[in-house]
Amino acid sequence: MIQAGDTAFILVAAALVLLMTPGLALFYGGMVRGKNVLGTIMQSFIMIAVVSLEWVYLGYSLSFGPDVGGLIGGLAKAGLSGVGAAPNPDYAATIPESVFMIYQCMFAVITPALITGAFAERMRFGPFLLFSLLWTVLVYDPVCHWIWGAGGWLKARGVLDFAGGLVVHLTSGTAALAAALVLGRRKGYGREQFLPHNLPMTLLGAGLLWFGWFGFNGGSALAADGVAATAFVATHLAGMAGMAMWVLVEWVHRGRPTTLGAASGAIAGLATVTPASGFVGPNAAVVIGLLAGGLCYVGVLAKGWFRYDDSLDVVGIHGLGGVLGTLCLGLFASKAVNPGGADGLLAGNAAFLGTQAFAVAVVAGYAFVLSFVLLKAIDLAWGLRLAPEAETEGLDLSEHNEAAYNA
Amino acid sequence: MKKIEAIIKPFKLDDVKEALNEIGIKGMTISEVKGYGRQKGHKEIYRGAEYVVDFIPKVKLEIIVEAAQAEKVVETIREAANTGKIGDGKIFVLPVEEVVRVRTGERGRDAI
Repeated sequence: MIQAGDTAFILVAAALVLLMTPGLALFYGGMVRGKNVLGTIMQSFIMIAVVSLEWVYLGYSLSFGPDVGGLIGGLAKAGLSGVGAAPNPDYAATIPESVFMIYQCMFAVITPALITGAFAERMRFGPFLLFSLLWTVLVYDPVCHWIWGAGGWLKARGVLDFAGGLVVHLTSGTAALAAALVLGRRKGYGREQFLPHNLPMTLLGAGLLWFGWFGFNGGSALAADGVAATAFVATHLAGMAGMAMWVLVEWVHRGRPTTLGAASGAIAGLATVTPASGFVGPNAAVVIGLLAGGLCYVGVLAKGWFRYDDSLDVVGIHGLGGVLGTLCLGLFASKAVNPGGADGLLAGNAAFLGTQAFAVAVVAGYAFVLSFVLLKAIDLAWGLRLAPEAETEGLDLSEHNEAAYNA
Repeated sequence: MKKIEAIIKPFKLDDVKEALNEIGIKGMTISEVKGYGRQKGHKEIYRGAEYVVDFIPKVKLEIIVEAAQAEKVVETIREAANTGKIGDGKIFVLPVEEVVRVRTGERGRDAI
């Protein structure tokens, strides 16, 4: 039975989530050097085309099609066969399935775009497109089915992920680690300094991401109801707390509060609360945001200790945020907040925390191994990295024959 | 004729310009430059990591004067630009072989 309010809300939420990808493009684009800004923006922006195409003809069916052994959806819905105005009660009984499909499409689009921050400033465009397309089919779609698909094996074990802590942030975060390891460090790493070329652009992007996140988390209720309200409130409070904590920690640690810190902390809080947003109350959301702001700050410092070059901190913010948020859900989840959810450790249910930890291990392991092998294979067959001269010249000219700033 | 090149702290430009005006210097060319001497760079912080940025923004003045005026100009710039702190800058005096005014073709001291 289609409800107009729910349908309108999810359509708007889908548009909000779409906007996150251009927002991410600006967030990342501001952090790279001026010679790489267009190439970096393009890597996120083009995902709207590549992944939407994949989603319509393959991805939606693999993710949400009829279950095959708990592992993958069948091809019955490929090309959107039978996906129209009628609701699909397995997922959202009050909106047309086409609305659910296009809403989920936006999640699939932003996930590979998130990975691009790890290999920013050094990957060729062609191999990047191939990687993103194959990654979406081999990593995103199966994991999406395991956790959100009717019959998915992790869903059947009681794993919860409200809006993509596992499906989006952990898969992209672990793929980012694989990419940083396979591609190696940028030319001049440790000798040259890769300073952000336009932090106002990064803050604009962070603002657009935050705005879109209300659709990402709020819309994941798939109805305009109390659960959507819970998620919406939790999203804002965690973003706020993440920003406050990150800025506070860096002020103490480095003696200065920074704008990039404010943006990073907000994104860390938003990413971390994502899996928990529809299942926890406002106070838990604040705690989750505070933890995210503090721990992701340390997570970003880790790349310096281990000397891998995750250019824009996808591992430290999205990967760690996905892990942290999924475990925090195991701690703070409460049926008093959302009867359709679960009780976590603090509500006396330790087993649920174990279930969430298991999901983290499985998803991180699967995404890392698949991403690593995929990148290695494409590297051997085609070559992932720019030639040294092209890397010095920058992505914009070498890959796109454009310059962002023609004075 | 001499060319005086002075590298100074940007915030001192107004003081130097005023002081040179007072001793009758009418023209100068200035450019925004970056560099370092003993001061070395400044610190920037991005996501908890500290970076030392070697090249510090400075202002370069270029002034052409008659040789007899050069010492007075140098001293005027030195006094006006001085803060007593590291990074106050340098002044160079170079010989100038010829000056030509484009509009009239005047040469030498008439062209200054």
